[in-house]
Amino acid sequence: MSEADTLLYLDGVTVSFDGFRALNALSLVLEKGEMRAVIGPNGAGKTTMMDVITGKTRPDTGRVVFGTDLDLTKLDEPAIAQLGIGRKFQKPTVFEPHSVWDNLLLAIAGDRRPSFSLWARETKAERKRIDEILGTIRLGDHRDRRAADLSHGQKQWLEIGMLLAQNPSLLLVDEPVAGMTDAETEQTAELLREINETRSVVVVEHDMAFVRALGVKVTVLHEGSVLSEGSIDHVSEDPRVIEVYLGR
Amino acid sequence: MLDRTTSITLVLVLGIAMVLAALNQMAPVGSPFHVPTYVIALAGKYLSFAMLALAVDLVWGFAGILSLGHAAFFALGGYAMGMYLMRQIGTRGVYGNPELPDFMVFLGWKELPWFWHGFEWFGFAMLMVVLVPGMLALVFGWLAFRSRVTGVYLSIITQALTYALLLAFFRNDMGFGGNNGLTDFKDILGFSVQADSTRSALMVISALLLAAQLLLARFVVTSRFGKVLIAVRDTEARTRFLGYRPESYKLVVWVLSAVMAGIGGALYVPQVGIINPSEFSPANSIEAVIWVAVGGRGTLSGAIIGAVLVNFGKTWFTGALPELWLYALGAMFILVTLFLPKGVMGLFSALKRKPKRESAEAKEALP
Repeated sequence: MSEADTLLYLDGVTVSFDGFRALNALSLVLEKGEMRAVIGPNGAGKTTMMDVITGKTRPDTGRVVFGTDLDLTKLDEPAIAQLGIGRKFQKPTVFEPHSVWDNLLLAIAGDRRPSFSLWARETKAERKRIDEILGTIRLGDHRDRRAADLSHGQKQWLEIGMLLAQNPSLLLVDEPVAGMTDAETEQTAELLREINETRSVVVVEHDMAFVRALGVKVTVLHEGSVLSEGSIDHVSEDPRVIEVYLGR
Repeated sequence: MLDRTTSITLVLVLGIAMVLAALNQMAPVGSPFHVPTYVIALAGKYLSFAMLALAVDLVWGFAGILSLGHAAFFALGGYAMGMYLMRQIGTRGVYGNPELPDFMVFLGWKELPWFWHGFEWFGFAMLMVVLVPGMLALVFGWLAFRSRVTGVYLSIITQALTYALLLAFFRNDMGFGGNNGLTDFKDILGFSVQADSTRSALMVISALLLAAQLLLARFVVTSRFGKVLIAVRDTEARTRFLGYRPESYKLVVWVLSAVMAGIGGALYVPQVGIINPSEFSPANSIEAVIWVAVGGRGTLSGAIIGAVLVNFGKTWFTGALPELWLYALGAMFILVTLFLPKGVMGLFSALKRKPKRESAEAKEALP
């Protein structure tokens, strides 16, 4: 693998909270266009890893390199978001008082400064893009509904749609199918595969059936570092993985 | 572009102000249609308070910043206007000093402090009405929002801000008249502040500026900026991960709100004839929050209605049962919080919807 194919490179990242090592010299490489599933028991450091990549938490040591030479540990959340890294929270987090349409409008890539948004008018290009996304996330019929009135699954999709509107090159998705029905879970897997056609995706998930359905390379985290990596069949046969995670 | 509620509020504010002023000026004293001048002064005071309420609603209702110190900006605007009015007294003061206001002569000061220079010009004073609250809000907000101080912690430091200013303005050394503040004003732009015609004009100007502020606030909250602001209010982290900087959104609206409050204060002072440090008292800021809660948080028009209603109640109560006013205010706040979480505006929209719901229930009741 050449360096040019690398999108994200976590290099020996360590994060401690009051002496507890949430991440312990974690190293991980993600290629351009790759979809990766990250699994691991509670406290393995999955969410902390997301926090470090998106700038919410600064690591004690280590680097997070995006693209060829951008060190994300020097930037804050809005700067990283504007570079093209989108994050979906575990709990669906959308702007509840706004309509589905307005949620997407606010997410659409563009100038984020107050001096722009005070005078901003919806453009044709923006309308076209929102229509496209509404199609992708299957919420076309709900465009004028308040986000607060959507079902749990629909909110998850809206949030994924907002990430798409940001036009990111990397999507971090935290437990997208938690609390979804089987049908919704299936549609979500399909949606993520569709998104992966043009973007890299990291999915943190507990649901093994869902990870299997995605059919992508899996990274198993344990106590803040990588325990095993490979196909779902490879990692589920790894005796160390069975011991700490699957065996329980 | 204008919604119905805002239009009705604009018509009411401007209409009532014009009618009151006309009846005060045109109808002869003694005629049943004559509006006495004290009513004009009261109306002017309510309109100034409505600007403060509107300012509070803009930050509290739309950005989730519960300011318990907004009266500080109101008072600063008031002091800037007061300083202009003091300089207009000239030799008509008790000591007849053409340069120094009475309280400075009394304190034995020989020359005008540097920060009083320029206030003899109306234009300069008006600039300060906007700049002083605006700059204080800019510095305070920049420090607070950048450090991600939110919620009750922010409310507490806003309260501390106004309390610190209260203590500072009480000191004679500050050069703002200490405990007594600034008063005994004579004229504004050459017109006597006591004259009926000046009072009517000031009241109508207050109504016009309130209307302009309502339109401006409406423009801000309905723009894309306003949508981001509401998003920040409810889900600040999400906006950050979308690439917005919530602190700059809060800072813009915070400074705008402080300026609006300052203008309210500037109109308040010539109409009540005095500004003193008690305007900075924490209770004033809390009262302004209650006006907004009573009228309906996050509705703009509601803030105006709340400010006028509660102050009307206060005028009546402090006349009839003065010792009970604070209890009544507290009770009103509790009752509104419990039974009218959306204030008077919520009551209006509930009444409008009610007939529909009843007919729907009637349909359901059919077999």
